[in-house]
Amino acid sequence: MTFTQIFFYFLAGVIVAFSVLSVTTRRILRAAVYLLFVLMGTAAFYFMVNFFFLAAVQLIVYIGGIVVLIIFSVLLTSQINDRLDKPEMAKVVIGGLVAFGGLIISALTLWQYPFTASSAAEGDYSVAEIGRQLLNYGEGGYVLPFEVISILLLAAMVGAIIIAKRIKPKTDD
Amino acid sequence: MIEGVPLSHILVVSSIMFFVGVYGFVTRKNLLTMLISTELILNAVNINFVAFNRYLYPDKMEGHFFSLFIIAIAAAEAAVAIAIFISLYRNLKSIDVEDVDSLKH
Repeated sequence: MTFTQIFFYFLAGVIVAFSVLSVTTRRILRAAVYLLFVLMGTAAFYFMVNFFFLAAVQLIVYIGGIVVLIIFSVLLTSQINDRLDKPEMAKVVIGGLVAFGGLIISALTLWQYPFTASSAAEGDYSVAEIGRQLLNYGEGGYVLPFEVISILLLAAMVGAIIIAKRIKPKTDD
Repeated sequence: MIEGVPLSHILVVSSIMFFVGVYGFVTRKNLLTMLISTELILNAVNINFVAFNRYLYPDKMEGHFFSLFIIAIAAAEAAVAIAIFISLYRNLKSIDVEDVDSLKH
């Protein structure tokens, strides 16, 4: 086994173990921290396939943004010593059956399908090329989704502020 | 592509992650932990896009851009969801799904 292979399977083990831990632990803060490790493993996978820009975005947006946001709201909404209740047995059985059955079906299908890796030469993954394609309105350009996403982000930002803002009680006495 | 690692191994890892997220979504009652499960599911999809892009069409970047947009949408979704959770906590002092039923009555 080469070093790359060993590293990939180590990464796969880390991702699987921490994702299982993050949905089974009974402390919310720990669940958030385990999610952080899963996302870091994913970023490492992006680095392994040479998608450096995507890996950087993953680190900045997911780990720097979403996980920090989740940890903040965990601290705002629960006591640090609180433990979640154990899930009901029926839910565990149903969830386990759904997840395990789906996993078996999709893993068997994936395992049997003969994927043949393309031998085409590696494209240009530089940041300059990414920027050119993101703002290109010709063939293979992504300027429309880019602009739509920017409007979505603006709307989400305004909406989040409005929803989370404290509404003053009416003084109509 | 990663030398010596077939595509199906990567896809199996991401489908394990996806179904662990599904399991968490079904069993959890706290809204924040359900959001964490959703993030797991979205992340599994991102891994799939990147793996297919890199193994089957290494000369193009479609999967890369799809992942980029999914990350942006996940960020927007998490921001709005957490705003809703904070507002719920302020009104109900709880963020369990079973306490959030005021629209039913």
